[in-house]
Amino acid sequence: MSQSYNRGLIEDFGRWKEFSAGMWAWIFHKFTGWMLIGYLFTHIAVLSTAIGAAAGDPAAIQQETDVYTTTIQGLESLFIIRVLEVGLLAVAVFHILNGLRLLMVDLGIGLSAQDKSFYASLVLTGIITIASVPTFMDGVTI
Amino acid sequence: MSTQQEQPQEPESQEAPEDPEMRGTESPQQERLKEKEQGLAQEEAVDESDLEGETVHLKVFRYDPEVEGKQEPRFDDFYVPFEKGMTVLDAVMYARDEFDSSLTFRHSCRQAVCGSDAFFVNGKQQLGCKTQISELKQPVRIEPLPHQEVVKDLVVDMDHFYDQMHAVEPYFQQEELPDGDLEEQRQSRENREKVKMSTRCIWCAACMSSCNIAAGDNEYLGPAAINKAYRFAMDEREDEEIKEHRLRIVEQEHGVWRCQTQFSCTEVCPKDIPLTEHIQELKREAVKKNLKFW
Repeated sequence: MSQSYNRGLIEDFGRWKEFSAGMWAWIFHKFTGWMLIGYLFTHIAVLSTAIGAAAGDPAAIQQETDVYTTTIQGLESLFIIRVLEVGLLAVAVFHILNGLRLLMVDLGIGLSAQDKSFYASLVLTGIITIASVPTFMDGVTI
Repeated sequence: MSTQQEQPQEPESQEAPEDPEMRGTESPQQERLKEKEQGLAQEEAVDESDLEGETVHLKVFRYDPEVEGKQEPRFDDFYVPFEKGMTVLDAVMYARDEFDSSLTFRHSCRQAVCGSDAFFVNGKQQLGCKTQISELKQPVRIEPLPHQEVVKDLVVDMDHFYDQMHAVEPYFQQEELPDGDLEEQRQSRENREKVKMSTRCIWCAACMSSCNIAAGDNEYLGPAAINKAYRFAMDEREDEEIKEHRLRIVEQEHGVWRCQTQFSCTEVCPKDIPLTEHIQELKREAVKKNLKFW
């Protein structure tokens, strides 16, 4: 009996159809968290390249607002950027709502309703995202 | 069934209670009893017509490092005749007794007390003796517990699980005994209620096997061990120093803080222990112990 058989990580991700609410909440929370971190750095990169005065040139500082505004306007005129903005909102809203759920879990409040609160945060995220679409899609053509 | 319904008035019918006490009771009571029995018989008939006379298709994980043909893991199919009230354990025992005596699995008490027969049934950690076949989709896929090494067929190596359980010192420790030879160490009712659920653990390792974190971090104590620590840390009969000692064990890096509240363990626990709740409470206790501003 010296040998034994290691099947590795059987349950993980290959069996996603069998995951329960708590597991999905964990996966979505991780995923949205990494998305937000990714966005943060992309955001810094975009802003620092959009600001012409980053190099410290006085002439650029004079017209800095213009460069910044035009860059943002250029981005905002792209349909894909608007779609990504809606996605960013969805990701952030879910992360906030599930974060509140996790706060409750950490405080030991309503642990027996943890699956319901996950579904509630999903539904709320959906509603807020759909409600935001008219605002985000205002004045952009495909 | 039909013959019984045709002659409910006759005293000689099979439905009439044999007990003299029952015979002496009022007729409405008798009628109610009859109705109840008939109702039960009908329910039985429904249940039986569903699965009775049919066979249950089992797909059982097979592996044996000592047998040439079984070194490569495979699934064997067994067709077991269904009986009312058949559990997964009954089914694999039938398969072993009638078809293949080399089919290996642990079992002992058959009533969810010994914790020997936790299997991975249709993708979920369940106690074989507590899981009804009629509630499962066919074919019933029976595997050994995940994230533990398979020794043979459905038998997994439990050493690591037991190591983690023993690491939290799962026994009552109280140096000071009450005065008097026959004095008892009394626990208040409230305190007993508080630890009640955590005392139900049967060491079946279903929670440990379901835990995603324990699968990736071998040093993580795991839900069962932390629950065990909770059971004693919350027991007010132990001294404060011993409680602090227990908290020192669970608040280490691979202790309570590894739990990411996926609730997997709570979902699979066959004894319905609110494991996540207990882990969270120990987290709060650990914070309270270390955050002292006064």
